[in-house]
Amino acid sequence: MEKVKITIDGIEMEVPKTYTILDAAREAGIDIPTLCHLKDINEIGACRMCIVEVEGARGFATSCVMPVAEGMVVRTNTPAIRDARKVTLELLLSAHDKKCLTCVRNKNCELQTLAEKMNIDELEFEGEMERHPIDDMCPSIVRDPNKCILCKRCVAMCKKVQKVGAIDTMNRGFKSVVGTAFDKSLDDVPCSLCGQCINVCPTGALSEKDATKEVWKALEDPTKHVVVQTAPAVRAAIGEEFGMPIGTLATGKMVAGLKRIGFDKVFDTNTGADLTIMEEGTEVIERIKENKNLPIITSCSPGWVRFAESSYPDLLNHLSSAKSPHQMFGAIIKSYYAEKAGIDPKDIFVVSVMPCVAKKAESKREEMNVNGLRDVDAVLTTREAARMMKQAGIDLNTIEDAEFDNPMGEATGAAVIFGTTGGVMEAALRTVSEILTGKELEKIDFEEVRGEEGLKEATIKIGDMDVKVAVAHGLANATKVMDSIKAGTCDYHFVEVMACPGGCVNGGGQPIHDAKTRATVDIRGLRAKALYDADKNLPIRKSHENPVIKKLYEEFLGEPGSEKAHELLHTHYHKREYFND
Amino acid sequence: MSENNEKCQCQCGCGGKDEREEKLVQIIKDCNYDKSQLMHILNETQNIFGYIPMRAQKIISEELGIPMAEIYGVITFYSRFSLEPKGKYNIAVCLGTACYVKGSQGILDKLKEILGIDVGGITPDGKFSLEATRCIGACGLAPVMTINEEVYGKLDPSMIKDILEKYQ
Repeated sequence: MEKVKITIDGIEMEVPKTYTILDAAREAGIDIPTLCHLKDINEIGACRMCIVEVEGARGFATSCVMPVAEGMVVRTNTPAIRDARKVTLELLLSAHDKKCLTCVRNKNCELQTLAEKMNIDELEFEGEMERHPIDDMCPSIVRDPNKCILCKRCVAMCKKVQKVGAIDTMNRGFKSVVGTAFDKSLDDVPCSLCGQCINVCPTGALSEKDATKEVWKALEDPTKHVVVQTAPAVRAAIGEEFGMPIGTLATGKMVAGLKRIGFDKVFDTNTGADLTIMEEGTEVIERIKENKNLPIITSCSPGWVRFAESSYPDLLNHLSSAKSPHQMFGAIIKSYYAEKAGIDPKDIFVVSVMPCVAKKAESKREEMNVNGLRDVDAVLTTREAARMMKQAGIDLNTIEDAEFDNPMGEATGAAVIFGTTGGVMEAALRTVSEILTGKELEKIDFEEVRGEEGLKEATIKIGDMDVKVAVAHGLANATKVMDSIKAGTCDYHFVEVMACPGGCVNGGGQPIHDAKTRATVDIRGLRAKALYDADKNLPIRKSHENPVIKKLYEEFLGEPGSEKAHELLHTHYHKREYFND
Repeated sequence: MSENNEKCQCQCGCGGKDEREEKLVQIIKDCNYDKSQLMHILNETQNIFGYIPMRAQKIISEELGIPMAEIYGVITFYSRFSLEPKGKYNIAVCLGTACYVKGSQGILDKLKEILGIDVGGITPDGKFSLEATRCIGACGLAPVMTINEEVYGKLDPSMIKDILEKYQ
């Protein structure tokens, strides 16, 4: 690659010609403040926090978009720059609802961090402020435009990465606001509720709908038996909320923390994931044998399901009818477990800790109940679970590890990788091949479906059959698969789709990192690695070998796909109006 | 929040079939479903309907494959586009710098007073609607207002009553 010589703050360096000044500065270890910049996603030079002086150039350059050039001399820290940045920040702050103490992003806010870094000790501009209504009508996401600084990171994420475009910038000038068409609630527009917008918001303008209060209330109720279950991806990220390095697997500490909060039982959604594999795998085998509605597409990502319901309502027959793992598990807790433990299912309150905000809306879907009882009563994000722990004075750094509770605590390696892109596919393939061939797999790692590529394809030999599979993550990639089905050019048998890029490890409910960390650390890769390591170290790595699952079918469900299994573990989908009037 | 009339409001007894919608679909087709023609299509929509109702935005969104939010964002960015129906005579008062300095706020206030409506409003008989615009490029005539395509310059609040009478 062609290189150029530049000097930044007296440091001479040689960098690729394609670099921006910001890229070069970061490589030199020089910290230039940014706000609107989100590497490869939102590079618009709008906030002007990253301005620098370029010798010989007129005015300041926005370093996040300005390419380097041969012989360029850059200064990032001069009195003029410090002053200009400070005024810019003060102006942004003057239009910001500065309720930091009660903000969900207190101490994890890029605007707050900058105010500290820039030594803002006084607010000079106290002019008029636009007031906007808060959108809290949606079961998953709350939008508070009064905290928005118009960086448009959320818009770029929604429009460019997810290809959804539920939000955009409305009006102009002083009245500009990020919102939806006709000021609708996110619930009434084609928002998938993936929550990726929350994860890229530098402030508290976007957040999950809080469920901590209702969970505390249930915990305080002596008549309730409160059970919590945790999704695979949560254990690979919750430690970050307590300052642990990204990619720390904190399973035992997470379980201990939840027990300390006061949950009566701590179960593993992974057991539910194993159950999903049994049900979905059976469906895969049936549909391939009957050549019916192929490809069959996974349905465990509720953001994906919602997207399909509003954008591809004619293709819903391709989705597996299997409920997602936590919904299945909720239904089992309120039936099988209730019976075993001798507890009236009406007194059981099931809480799911999920890396996801779409799960909140999913759990409230009308179909997600058995005999009038909700499968799951409340969904907490990874962030909310950590918040509750902190509220209870629990520090995961110092707590002793604990184990999941029995009788539902056993799960396999196949289930733990559900949390990353390709994981559901791999788990399903392990089970489907062994069931179809009746032979033990020589190698159970299906590396061809792992990794970061947006749309992965593979042909897997099962017996004498060539099974064509695909794995899509991020809704833009899902669109490619759906469009090919629509066009009649799709020859896959089985497709895994996850709404979030990278899968659940990078879900909309996971710990939030600032734009610089996102640009310089492979967050989802490290979290995924933690899950693959966990898989490798587990004694049982195939869902159909899980003794809890075997027993569950023997004692209660009969066999996968049975009438009872259908009643408890399967669901259906319906068209969603693309845009509600 | 703007709740536009969703059903076809024509009184022609067509039973909901709206020729204006068909015309819009044709225009989009004539543009070869080219996303970059959005501004042109919105302009035409504004001409056909007199404003850009939600149902027209839905048609544009579906036909061009552009999200509703983006279309709504463009419409609300440009003051030329309206989300509300306009009157038979649309009055636009320029509040650009030159007109403002020359007292166009007084013109606007007088219009509000006589018509009994606010900026963005429409008289109950559907005859007049009122809007405030940015500079329309007729600063030499400041203060300026337009009624449909007619331009009135060098205005004084006392002139307003007579001008409106021409349209009664």
